[in-house]
Amino acid sequence: MALLTITSPHTVSNTSVQKIMLTVWAATLPGFLALVVFFGWGYLINAILAVTTALVAEAVIVRLRRRPVWTCLSDGSAMLTAWLLALALPPFAPWWVTVVGVLAAIVFAKHLYGGLGHNPFNPAMVGYALLLISFPLEMTTRWATPDALLLDGHSFYIAWTAVFGDLNPLQIDAFTMATPLDTYKYDIAALTQAEVLQQGIFAKGYRAYGWEWVSLLYLIGGVVLIFRKVITWHTPVALLLTLSVMALLFSWDGDTRVPLSLHLLGGATMLGAFFIATDPVSSATSNRGKLVYGAGIGLLIYVIRTWGNYPDAVAFAVLLMNFAAPLIDYYTRPRAYGENTNQREGL
Amino acid sequence: MWGFTRAGKPRKNGEGQTYWTLPGSVHPPENKTQSLVNAIQAMPLVREYVVPLNQHIGAFALPCVDVGQHVLKGELIAEAAGFISAPAHAPTSGEVIAIEERQVPHASGLTTSCIIIRADGKDQWRPREPWDDLQSHRVADILARVQRSGVTGLGGASFPTAVKLSSDRDHIDTLIVNGTECEPYITADHSLMRERAAAVYAGINVVDHLYHFNRILVAIEDNKPDAIVAMRQAIPDHLKERVEVRTFPTRYPSGGEKQLIYILTGREVPSGGLPLDIGMLCHNVGTLAALSDAVFHDEPLLRRITTVTGEAVARPGNYDTLIGTPMRELCRVAGVNTDKADRVIMGGPMMGFALPHTDLPVVKATNCLLIPTGTELPLPGVAQPCIRCGLCEQACPASLLPQQLMWFAQAKELDKAEDHRLFDCIECGACAYVCPSNIPLVQYYRAAKGQIRQEQAEHKQAERARVRFEARQARLDREAAEKEAKRQERAAAAARANAAKLAAAASDSTDVSDAVERAKSKHPDKPTAATPPALTTEQLTAKLSNLTGRVAKAESKLAEARADAPEQVKALETTVNKLQEQIKKVQADLARAEEQN
Repeated sequence: MALLTITSPHTVSNTSVQKIMLTVWAATLPGFLALVVFFGWGYLINAILAVTTALVAEAVIVRLRRRPVWTCLSDGSAMLTAWLLALALPPFAPWWVTVVGVLAAIVFAKHLYGGLGHNPFNPAMVGYALLLISFPLEMTTRWATPDALLLDGHSFYIAWTAVFGDLNPLQIDAFTMATPLDTYKYDIAALTQAEVLQQGIFAKGYRAYGWEWVSLLYLIGGVVLIFRKVITWHTPVALLLTLSVMALLFSWDGDTRVPLSLHLLGGATMLGAFFIATDPVSSATSNRGKLVYGAGIGLLIYVIRTWGNYPDAVAFAVLLMNFAAPLIDYYTRPRAYGENTNQREGL
Repeated sequence: MWGFTRAGKPRKNGEGQTYWTLPGSVHPPENKTQSLVNAIQAMPLVREYVVPLNQHIGAFALPCVDVGQHVLKGELIAEAAGFISAPAHAPTSGEVIAIEERQVPHASGLTTSCIIIRADGKDQWRPREPWDDLQSHRVADILARVQRSGVTGLGGASFPTAVKLSSDRDHIDTLIVNGTECEPYITADHSLMRERAAAVYAGINVVDHLYHFNRILVAIEDNKPDAIVAMRQAIPDHLKERVEVRTFPTRYPSGGEKQLIYILTGREVPSGGLPLDIGMLCHNVGTLAALSDAVFHDEPLLRRITTVTGEAVARPGNYDTLIGTPMRELCRVAGVNTDKADRVIMGGPMMGFALPHTDLPVVKATNCLLIPTGTELPLPGVAQPCIRCGLCEQACPASLLPQQLMWFAQAKELDKAEDHRLFDCIECGACAYVCPSNIPLVQYYRAAKGQIRQEQAEHKQAERARVRFEARQARLDREAAEKEAKRQERAAAAARANAAKLAAAASDSTDVSDAVERAKSKHPDKPTAATPPALTTEQLTAKLSNLTGRVAKAESKLAEARADAPEQVKALETTVNKLQEQIKKVQADLARAEEQN
């Protein structure tokens, strides 16, 4: 009998990278469906375009790096990166914006650093930040009103033309200049809270119609991920708590600054808290480290949104904390069994 | 409870007993029922037994029988060598047919000296001297009996029990009886507790007689209800006050000594320390039963319960097996279907190691032979990149950062790995079990530990060489100084003698200056008196060739030293230089001599 001599353990649980990626992807689906329902086909078109681009780019670069193409494609990581980026992009972003963003994420942020597991920065957010800096017009004026799909029978045509044609967004009623966060921030300088909330984007008595549903569904998806032990609670809870504390401290007056409810439900906060900041590769590793890391992101989100010039700060906050992750890891190593931390070096 | 610190808080089990939860740990499928269907079966006698001489941690035992000698069951065949060592005994009566190197169960396919005994089939015991009680025997005698019996820890590590029992008795107040058996598949301890609880308590009595514990905690995972009942019913009356059978949820690796102590008491064994540092002693139930056999029945450790299980086994169960039984015989009796199996694992699926074949003896540490089919325990897939998902960290029972350790091990940043408590890793494999990328994490840690130990050994060696070299230098210097001192003494003596002579001469002659002249003429030019008398050209030539030869020799030695013994280089260099100087001098002399001629 020819026996195999492999080392222990001889049994493994049935997790796999692919399963983890697919679970995260599945958890975004409710929020994604809400996006499509409220803001139109643009999100679906973007998502398909982004994922296709990502798979092709991944295949080419993996081939160039002489790695097994199918193994890399099937782990689902490229697909997930593109998917998360597509969720963050404006629904009517021109096709080349999406393609450039995905290429930056896959080729530069991921593979030039050594591929899966080696990227110090969150690839999707690198792509997003690059686009926001390079194409501010396309990234801030291509958002849809909440009724894009529900009310307009021609919405697929509009979305298709906006993405692939040369449709000027300003000619179409279904377009809006910006997200609720952005609108509120700039309008509150001149108007009262009641006046701001009368605008179309806040209509129907909601704080941010459509966005609220999307955010809540992301929240539910995120909680499912925690219970399925794909992510731990530390990063999102720390992030949301810090952001809330900041908002309560500095935005208690809704007539001067964006209120807490809009911070939590009006932008990419939930997506960022549960799906972006929890990217294991680029975040802090220990549970205590994740608390610091998440709190840092929450703090930065509020600071950038309030005193910075960018409408939604999740990408920059995440990237900045990516820089800090190794340092956080160094100072938050858990105490090992039987270890006397007083004797630890360097602290 | 917060996930980022130790649980720290006691919890209650269903019976209201307290336990502390491990911070990490996993729960792989238990697979214990297969081997518990039947009672423990005695493995029949086989033709030949192979008894390795190092079945324990520590020094090899030394054979004390000759080839051809007839031995009785239980007879000493190899003596313990040194303090941490254990003797070996004949598992049955028969003839010693060889003492030779044989392959033994070891992860690296190690061979070791073994005594091979051909059974005569009579299974005839040597004379035994059973004891009825402990009170009428001295502690030293009890300990000596344990030492002679060759009992080692049967939980897996095989540490000589006598050594463990000779530790300081003053500060130890708690005995922890480890009946946890957290590894999936293995039921050797489970079946022992279920069927031979009295023997375990007899062993507890022995240890308690030596230590007088305040409390004795019998720890059993809650997946062994029948063992729990049996162990509770068998508590002897005189121990009822102090013995507590504690149960707690089934998690792996609860059975690790340090983990178990935490679960039961909420206390941690200090890093690098032992349970006795916090006043505890921990013994496996199998060890205690063996101890009782050794002390009361004068039966050395000749047998152990081995679980044979896995889907490729027709009759899985627990076999009371003599040490030295070839595994293939055990497999034959248990009905192992070799066509269905792709591995034979000694130990459990989490920490056991795959054996190269079954032509190996059962040793004191063989608690289980697991022979799974390919579908039962599928081989891990190809390792993929680490995505730092942190599942390993959530699973680590020692609160380490397994993925960081892996990066450090991979990058050979061994100091960082050590700083991240590499040596607190118990290699339980929980991290590798949960890793979605199929990374063989434990292998990285083993390799890194091995490298660090090797480096330390090399460092120690270099340090020893340095000390040796310095000692030699000091000795040479001392000798040179002594020589110099002697020379000076001689010179002084000569000077004194001279002075005495002069004085004598002076007393002889009134003209002191005459005497001085005479003395001067005796030593024409005193300052250059040290230079050797002028040699003839032939003598100089001979000396030159001699010196050249010595230089050549020294230079070749120096080259060797540069390659192998750096600590000698300096000394040899000095030698070569000195010789070369001498050569120059001789050459100069020669030139002068030739000129004069």
